[in-house]
Amino acid sequence: MSRTPLDTVDNAAATPDVELPWAELGLKKDEYERVVEILGRRPTGAELAMYSVMWSEHCSYKSSKVHLRQFGEKAPQSDAMLVGIGENAGVVDVGQGYAVTFKVESHNHPSYVEPYQGAATGVGGIVRDIIAMGARPVAVVDPLRFGAADHPDTKRVLPGVVAGIGGYGNCLGLPNIGGEVVFDACYQGNPLVNAGAIGVMRHEDIHLAKASGAGNKVILYGARTGGDGIGGASILASETFDDAKPSKRPAVQVGDPFQEKLLIECTLEAFQEKLVVGIQDLGAAGLSCATSELASNGSGGMRVTLDDVPLRDSTLSPEEILMSESQERMCAVVEPEKVDRFLEICEKWDVIATVIGEVTDGDRLEIFWHGGKIVDVDPRTVAHDGPVYERPYARPDWQDALQADDANKLPRPATAEELREQVLKLVASPNQASKKWITSQYDHFVQGNTVLAQPEDSGMIRVDEETGLGVAIATDGNGRYAKLDPYTGAQLALAEAYRNVATTGAKPLAVSDCLNFGSPEDPAVMWQFAEAVRGLADGCLQLGTPVTGGNVSLYNQTGEAAIHPTPVVAVLGVIDDVARRTPVAFQEEGQLLYLLGDTSEEFGGSAWSQVVHDHLGGLPPKVDLERERLLAEILISASRDGMIDSAHDLSDGGLIQAVVESALLGEKGARLIVPDGLDAFTFLLSESAGRALVAVPRSEELRFTDMCGARGLPATRIGVVDGDSVDIQGEFTLSLAELREAHENTIPALLA
Amino acid sequence: MARVVVDVMLKPEILDPQGQAVQRALPRLGFTGISDVRQGKRFELEVEGPVDEAALARIHDLAESFLANTVIEDFTVKVEEVAGAAE
Repeated sequence: MSRTPLDTVDNAAATPDVELPWAELGLKKDEYERVVEILGRRPTGAELAMYSVMWSEHCSYKSSKVHLRQFGEKAPQSDAMLVGIGENAGVVDVGQGYAVTFKVESHNHPSYVEPYQGAATGVGGIVRDIIAMGARPVAVVDPLRFGAADHPDTKRVLPGVVAGIGGYGNCLGLPNIGGEVVFDACYQGNPLVNAGAIGVMRHEDIHLAKASGAGNKVILYGARTGGDGIGGASILASETFDDAKPSKRPAVQVGDPFQEKLLIECTLEAFQEKLVVGIQDLGAAGLSCATSELASNGSGGMRVTLDDVPLRDSTLSPEEILMSESQERMCAVVEPEKVDRFLEICEKWDVIATVIGEVTDGDRLEIFWHGGKIVDVDPRTVAHDGPVYERPYARPDWQDALQADDANKLPRPATAEELREQVLKLVASPNQASKKWITSQYDHFVQGNTVLAQPEDSGMIRVDEETGLGVAIATDGNGRYAKLDPYTGAQLALAEAYRNVATTGAKPLAVSDCLNFGSPEDPAVMWQFAEAVRGLADGCLQLGTPVTGGNVSLYNQTGEAAIHPTPVVAVLGVIDDVARRTPVAFQEEGQLLYLLGDTSEEFGGSAWSQVVHDHLGGLPPKVDLERERLLAEILISASRDGMIDSAHDLSDGGLIQAVVESALLGEKGARLIVPDGLDAFTFLLSESAGRALVAVPRSEELRFTDMCGARGLPATRIGVVDGDSVDIQGEFTLSLAELREAHENTIPALLA
Repeated sequence: MARVVVDVMLKPEILDPQGQAVQRALPRLGFTGISDVRQGKRFELEVEGPVDEAALARIHDLAESFLANTVIEDFTVKVEEVAGAAE
């Protein structure tokens, strides 16, 4: 892209007719014209590079912005919110002077091209978002979606992604405490690799990304800048994969977790000594993003000398330096008298740090190269005033037919024997089977503060060793439900994550989301997106859990076929004392099993309809958020007051899935009786929301049932923890050995 | 018997953390004057039968699909004379 002579601002003004490759860089014609209009001249090559990456879908949210506003407009009043949407990550007050920051992001497209490095750098990116807020990262989670479990390409992608997440996270010394693994053919050519991270800090240590104060120095520190991932943001993440154009695959980035570890320690030490005015991590769009965002969030302008950027490859052009997505880099704004100390700390940690510019009292972002001014823009026009699209959206014409194809009318098992077979098939199906083979490749316990990790309902980390204060996080999302009804599907994802946090005894506080959808240029996809955002915003308002931030990933499709709409929701909760947590596993024989909530015939989008009938149709389970809130309160009170010894949320796979998991984890069986008014099939396999299974010690039964009765939560005694089999009285028996073989062998057999 | 050597190197624009670690260690150990280090992999394949065009095409295929990750790596294939081997 480099041209001779150097394409300076003056040169651009003097040569208005030079054609620039705006289309190749992913800009639309009217967007390019807008750039020309803003600048009053044609952009230089470097300016075009910046606008094109920053105005890409991935960085500008140009299709999603108009809908995402609802998260602010409908935000519930919450005392817990310290920092909201718009910063690197949201920050939540968890009490005792601690604040927690958490966020989920997508790294879908790179992980398909190069599974190991794509997933690894996804972890690296989200961790840098956390340290940019001034927090020490304490845990990561990874919600994953792959194509069919038995498809050959899944065997290429999944092991690479899992190894990449494990490799990067384990090297950083961060426990991986949660997430999900879901298989569905719709993700075959477009797996979803979402990565979340949690960080902890004291209230006084919160840092925001801004550059204020003329004369302050801009310091780039971390890895050298190389030619990796150039244009990744504009081209890779914002265009649909098309088999015909392999040349569109740019080089992916390779991560170096040991460099990132140094970056964490170095950044936190600089924060500790209060050396930093503003800070920004370099992720998608690299320096273009960091300089324009820092400058536009501050009060002044910024002047940067690109020649001072340490390079790995001396042949890079200025455009390439601005677009490079080399990993493990950060940008800090530091007062002049503190620069020496900042550089000293970097030196101590063996981190390369260079002053590349300074904050000015103007309002322009000016970038120089070889003495010439190659960028002269209002940074706000780059970072914040990108195009905003009111994309047309329309309920797809197939939606009615899909919803009319009622799963409740599918043939049901006629005999107890047939029901037994279907249950066995269900717990052995890839989506319902144990994911131990995958999650055991991650380090769950490094740092020694992990209280709960997979396969528990939520991951839990101890924050304070003295008081036992802890935080819990759960991520959930069901693309099948969302396909049937995006509004309800998004609320079901929220409800499930909320319930999962409460099931472990923690109080849900706040939400982050990663919204994975197809092409926004398809009105049907845009409708799914709009509905899901509306559902999530309404749900968060009703549950009182604000959305603190998140990420939108669009263009998740291969050719014409979009993925199922997949809103992944992360809920963060707090628990006063992690010793009061509730695990999934059955603890003691003789404890009474209670089913909380109401069960009705709800099979639309269910695991049963998929596994037994390969069917997707009808309506997803109904959502009652007031019921979810009540259920959560009961679960949290029961946990705090020692009334329950184990609890498991009911979601895909229904009651039987929960019973089997609790039994296998606790190595104790269960005897169940089908309650009056329900048939065995509905009892075991319906996916009605707002339900949980709890095990109550006999001494606590009266207290527990009194509490549920007083609060109006249906609690049905359905059996007892007992023996070495799951026995459904009058129906069938499955030994734990048989269940274990079915449940735990599937994934290794397919993927090991 | 002939030997075919496949050299696999990370593409020039890709970060090479191992090479970088080696390069950083050099001055500490007193070796100066090395400005960059890139580390790769070398595969030595002992080929049965003649190394003709068909055999090399096969080796190219296996290198492309298995030995190298061509998303981030380049490779070269060359035939090496094995000392003492009959022509």
